[in-house]
Amino acid sequence: MKAASSAIAGQPSVMHNGNRSAGKKVRFPADFLFRKLTGFIALLVAITLLAILVALIREGSQALHVFGWRFFTTSAWDPVANQFGALVFIVGTLISSAIAMLIAIPVSFGIALFISELAPRWMRGPVSTAVELLAAVPSIIYGMWGLLVFAPWFSRIEPWINDHIGAIPGLGVLFRGPPMGIGMLTAGIVLGIMVIPFIAAIMRDVFLVTPPALKESAYALGATTWEVARHVILPYTRTAVTGGIFLGLGRALGETMAVTFIIGNSNNLSASLLMPGSSIASVIANEFTEATTDLYRSSLLALGLILFLITFVVLVFAKLLLLRLERGTGKKA
Amino acid sequence: MIPLRAKRRAINAFNLGMAVLTTAFGVFWLGWILWTTLSHGIGAIHPALFTQDTPPPGSEGGGLRNAFVGSLILLGLALAIGVPVGVLAGTWLAEFAARRKLGGVVRFLNDILLSAPSIVIGLFTYAIVVDPSGHFSAFSGGVALALILIPVVVRTTDEMLRLIPVALREAAIALGTPYWKMVLRITWKAAASGILTGVLLGIARISGETAPLLFTALNNQFWSTDLSHPIANLPVVIFQFAMSPYENWQKMAWAGAFVAMAFILLLSVFSRLILKRGAPK
Amino acid sequence: MIMMQENFRNSPRDAALHVPAGAGGAVAGDNVAAMPPVKISVRGLDFHYGKFHALKDISIDIPEKRVTAFIGPSGCGKSTLLRTFNRMFEIYPEQRAQGQIVVDGENILDSKEDIARVRAKIGMVFQKPTPFPMSIYENIAFGIRLYERLPKAEMDARVEQCLRQAALWDEVKDKLHQSGTSLSGGQQQRLCIARGVAIKPEILLLDEPCSALDPISTARVEELLKELVRDYTVVIVTHNMQQAARSSDYTAFMYLGELVEFGDTATIFTRPAKQQTEDYITGRFG
Repeated sequence: MKAASSAIAGQPSVMHNGNRSAGKKVRFPADFLFRKLTGFIALLVAITLLAILVALIREGSQALHVFGWRFFTTSAWDPVANQFGALVFIVGTLISSAIAMLIAIPVSFGIALFISELAPRWMRGPVSTAVELLAAVPSIIYGMWGLLVFAPWFSRIEPWINDHIGAIPGLGVLFRGPPMGIGMLTAGIVLGIMVIPFIAAIMRDVFLVTPPALKESAYALGATTWEVARHVILPYTRTAVTGGIFLGLGRALGETMAVTFIIGNSNNLSASLLMPGSSIASVIANEFTEATTDLYRSSLLALGLILFLITFVVLVFAKLLLLRLERGTGKKA
Repeated sequence: MIPLRAKRRAINAFNLGMAVLTTAFGVFWLGWILWTTLSHGIGAIHPALFTQDTPPPGSEGGGLRNAFVGSLILLGLALAIGVPVGVLAGTWLAEFAARRKLGGVVRFLNDILLSAPSIVIGLFTYAIVVDPSGHFSAFSGGVALALILIPVVVRTTDEMLRLIPVALREAAIALGTPYWKMVLRITWKAAASGILTGVLLGIARISGETAPLLFTALNNQFWSTDLSHPIANLPVVIFQFAMSPYENWQKMAWAGAFVAMAFILLLSVFSRLILKRGAPK
Repeated sequence: MIMMQENFRNSPRDAALHVPAGAGGAVAGDNVAAMPPVKISVRGLDFHYGKFHALKDISIDIPEKRVTAFIGPSGCGKSTLLRTFNRMFEIYPEQRAQGQIVVDGENILDSKEDIARVRAKIGMVFQKPTPFPMSIYENIAFGIRLYERLPKAEMDARVEQCLRQAALWDEVKDKLHQSGTSLSGGQQQRLCIARGVAIKPEILLLDEPCSALDPISTARVEELLKELVRDYTVVIVTHNMQQAARSSDYTAFMYLGELVEFGDTATIFTRPAKQQTEDYITGRFG
């Protein structure tokens, strides 16, 4: 025993290693390559956004060059006369998205409140899933449904809107027009339904992680559920809720197919929301493959550039707000 | 005190009632849309749909065979490009850049790309593939769909890999496993169900995408599997047929919409189930 | 005893073996005489997490084929020290170590050392069981395949031998191809030990291996340590003083990133030289 241990102690270490190093190689090169390969691809993904910007600027430069600032401020869109102005589409995009947000924000808040505070536990899962499935429905199906089912039904409501809301002085001008079913208002409503799941999901997530101690201390003061939601949960989650709303707005601004089906595709500006209109995305979808001249095509790509820039700003804002939330919860975890 | 209390309770009851109503409102649309697709679509389903190609305008009969096959080809292309790129990029984020600033920037840009309008992705693909090559092609459609798929896969891969306990990585490293082998054999495997879910959700997302295909893969009334030519695909066929005045075409659009919807909803539900079962703890 | 002492004294590394005052200065004379040969020799080791100075000028000699325990209050640096022995910190960019860790005459902190070779020589078991997402059999075979190509029959024999060494064979021999995650916590931890010894290491590092286990599993692992120490140099980090007293031969007490006292376990627990050590083991702080 004693002899054995002294023998091992005296054994030269090199020999010991020599026995076992047969199958070994220095492995750093493979690790280095793996790291560089994945890193290169990740950077490639990241610069895609920049590439999109560059490509759209290059392709749209002809239109921007020919028309200059007038491209943004004029409403003439006349392929025959080679006159192109983006105003109608910019306004159409903003208005249809604004209507969508007016509908989606309160409804999403209600749904999130219901799931996080009111629903019995067994109902949470199914209701959440149902709302999330609304997001999975492809936009072309929203479009078909909007054009062939919702619009005919809505055209029967429109006379009533005409008679009642349209009669209000001032505001009424927005709601006067022929009951066609399709148009700016219909597009806004369908867009609203489409973005509800995105906003509701974020609101629900942040409502559910509001610290119970915070809610309970308000309940302990005798606050009602609504008061807790309004004065504790909402202020506590304000940043993330705003981020979620902007994320939804980003969706609404860029949504194409559903809008193309139901907005009516008119290249004229109209005061009434019941009249047909156009959005940036819908005009690109409708006319791109028919664009025969270079200037026409370049104008459509310049429209794409405008849409990209608007949504980019909105999404960056949304993400920055949500990022603060992620950092916050990251600390707690 | 009592009137104030009553008022507060009334406000509470009213607002909570509104919350229930808005939830019903949200679920109601889902029900309506599902019902519409089901009721219009199921009657239009018949065997010829899968054995015959799209009919010319105004004629009777025909099917959607070329559109189904075209869509599958586009999906295959998008997966072949998008999955390797997305998984590798997500792996870099989770394994090598988890605490680095550059990782945060890449993650941020990827999230923006994830929400970027798909029509812009279509225009971009037109500018970098269709325009230089001089013609619309199935290949460019696959590229456009891959560009939409990639950020979804990057994000889920990144998230799922970061859920793998550090100790598992260290245990493999402690054995003397090279880092790359550890990733391939241990962390990818441990996160496999999560990454698969990401891919399935990505498929669900791109299989309904229409806008980016309008000016890349275009459409093709006839049977074609040639990647360098325009190819028929379900979303664009639905779009054309639904907007057309022909009753036969409209019926087929509903049938196509039904098939697409069933496929996508099943994928979504299925991937949720996988995630619930196999999420790494 | 006398022979060992002789060998110790005559060793060419004699000079490096003496424990510098200040760190291990408390080692009593009779302990030095009893110490077996040194397996890991740490000199002037400093460790930083970013700006945090986690280990301060540590010098310690870990004896071969003995169980050495690191004890101390949480945050004292005992796990950090353990993790420098196989350069585990290297996968985190903001962590760095300076100083010397000599194993078998080679400074493993020297970046020229092939890290895979260093790690092959040193097995590690973690606080929570970390079975790989593969079968029980594959969990063992995975490490072996990194270094050796074995025919199926030999591999089977090796897997069985390792599982027997970890006292797990009888419990799993009928379900070798089931997932490693299907085992109980205690079984998983013994699987991890089996996996650690499968690559034929010389040193086994255990980072609080029993803190996630029930008392019965803990007793089994402790018994196992007594078996393993015949073949391996074992270093165990534990916050459980009874465990250190029961199952180690030598104990190092650390506090706030410094090595306060190191010596024979019996001595540390009965006649500690430093007041801090005595306070800790008698439960007055920590």
